[in-house]
Amino acid sequence: MENGRFRKELLGVYAIWWREIKVFQREKSRVVSSIVQPLMWLFLFGSGVGASISISEVNYQDYIYPGILSMSVLFGSVFFGLYIVWDRKLDVLKAVLVAPVSRISIFFGKVLGGCTDVIIQVLILFLFSFLFPSINPWGIPLALLILSITSIAMVSMGLAIGSLFESLEGFQVIATFVVFPLFFLSGALFPVNDRLPAWLHGVVKLNPLTYTVDGVRGALLGLNTFSLYADLSVISFFAVLMVLAGSALFSRMK
Amino acid sequence: MAIIETRSLAKTYGRIQAVRGIDLNIERGEIFGLLGPNGAGKTTTIGMLCTIIRPTSGRASIAGHDIVKEPAAVRRKVGIVFQDPTIDTLLTGRENLQLHARLYGIPSDVRGKRINEMLALVDLKDRANDITRTYSGGMRRRLELARGLLHRPAVLFLDEPTLGLDPQTRARTWDYIKKMAQNEQTTIVLTTHYMEEAEQVCNRVGVIDHGRIIALGAPEDLKESMGGYMVVIQVKDPPLDRIRALPYVSEVKLNNGLVEITMKEAHIHLPDLLSKVPNVECVETRAPTLNDVFIKLTGRDIREEDTEDSGSWVDSVARYRQRGH
Repeated sequence: MENGRFRKELLGVYAIWWREIKVFQREKSRVVSSIVQPLMWLFLFGSGVGASISISEVNYQDYIYPGILSMSVLFGSVFFGLYIVWDRKLDVLKAVLVAPVSRISIFFGKVLGGCTDVIIQVLILFLFSFLFPSINPWGIPLALLILSITSIAMVSMGLAIGSLFESLEGFQVIATFVVFPLFFLSGALFPVNDRLPAWLHGVVKLNPLTYTVDGVRGALLGLNTFSLYADLSVISFFAVLMVLAGSALFSRMK
Repeated sequence: MAIIETRSLAKTYGRIQAVRGIDLNIERGEIFGLLGPNGAGKTTTIGMLCTIIRPTSGRASIAGHDIVKEPAAVRRKVGIVFQDPTIDTLLTGRENLQLHARLYGIPSDVRGKRINEMLALVDLKDRANDITRTYSGGMRRRLELARGLLHRPAVLFLDEPTLGLDPQTRARTWDYIKKMAQNEQTTIVLTTHYMEEAEQVCNRVGVIDHGRIIALGAPEDLKESMGGYMVVIQVKDPPLDRIRALPYVSEVKLNNGLVEITMKEAHIHLPDLLSKVPNVECVETRAPTLNDVFIKLTGRDIREEDTEDSGSWVDSVARYRQRGH
């Protein structure tokens, strides 16, 4: 009996995941823009700044490649999570929430769905890695692991915040006060070292995304500020925290 | 045992008593209508029975499962079509059903067959692989009906199933509801404020107002309780006492120069009535409707929006007056 119930919950997780993948397949324009935007950072911003700057003897474009991957994961994941505000507004969640499946399962279905979307985008971005000569392709699996954990954390955070909002007006506020600061304060575009102003250095070290960028940069370029162990620990801890917060808030959502 | 049993079921929001103690027994296979104006407590009652809303007091069970103690078991036994559309418009019709089949744990070996069966029942087989964004309002409603019945629930709740549909689509939707109730042998509990439609579909209705059931019974019985047909006549110096004395007349009221008579079997007794009242200028007669029952019980009309096809007692008198003057 317990076993049957568990299987039904797993089927529920799968059902929600499957729905998200179907939707992802249909929203081609969204997928294209989520690929083009990071490429613009790499090729427009990266070549502009890279024309006069290189960091640790690495071309600037190559240097920010891990940072831009992390940015894609951050934006894609948080906005995916926040999207439930829209789902609720359109009432599509209502019919799902009366099904005999626990809220936790629906939450995990959403998290896995968002994570899959984002990782597919990352894989597409990896196809361009051959254009960046310093990138070590053997580091890609480790980078993927770090980015996947980050995605789980960030989708959960998006769902947590989304559960609290009833209207879409909060969207811009979250983008401005949560998502962009996480990106700019992560070392995605600059190295994290003692040359940073003390206040900035302090804030950057508190940002969980800093450890994602650092871990991915270590995997792909061999340039890390912190140890891989530290990076993985911080990101995993943050992911657990966000999953707990997200599932609690999602379960309580009206 | 009744499929739905409620005992003093109540819900309070702060100081607002949305539902003030409802006692109901609904039998297996019934099509039961919960009728009442907006804010009467219909949606709250259905919400409690579907375990979406936790009751403040009282209890209820569906197919023997307590709605508070065994919500998961209750959820498996009920299907619901909400008042507002809840179709996933990013998915096709078939995908909407696949999603719900999985959420309700329908085994994969019967899932496809069951989905095709339901699509056929609501005549959506040809459009099953189209994104539901392209569906009309009526098609979306039908898909929701199919979705609600997919997991063979013991009870299907329909909250205002025809709200927002044009009259023709409304009539068709009711045809589907009747057909489904028959094919699937499901108990149906619906809310509506289209009284004429409820009359045609429901075996039994409960009239709800201010969170209480104020009348319960078969539509014919409730109409019967009105004391018969309504006849309105316009006549100078109406001999009220003489009319009242007629054996088949149960009630006579003078309203702005119009005589409103409630009588039994108007089709038989009307000639007799007219022969006893000289110089009648105008006559109108009709059978009572559930809306008349509602007005008599609550003192107001159930419809908040104006419909021209209403045919209620009050409306026909108004029309009568416009013609007379």
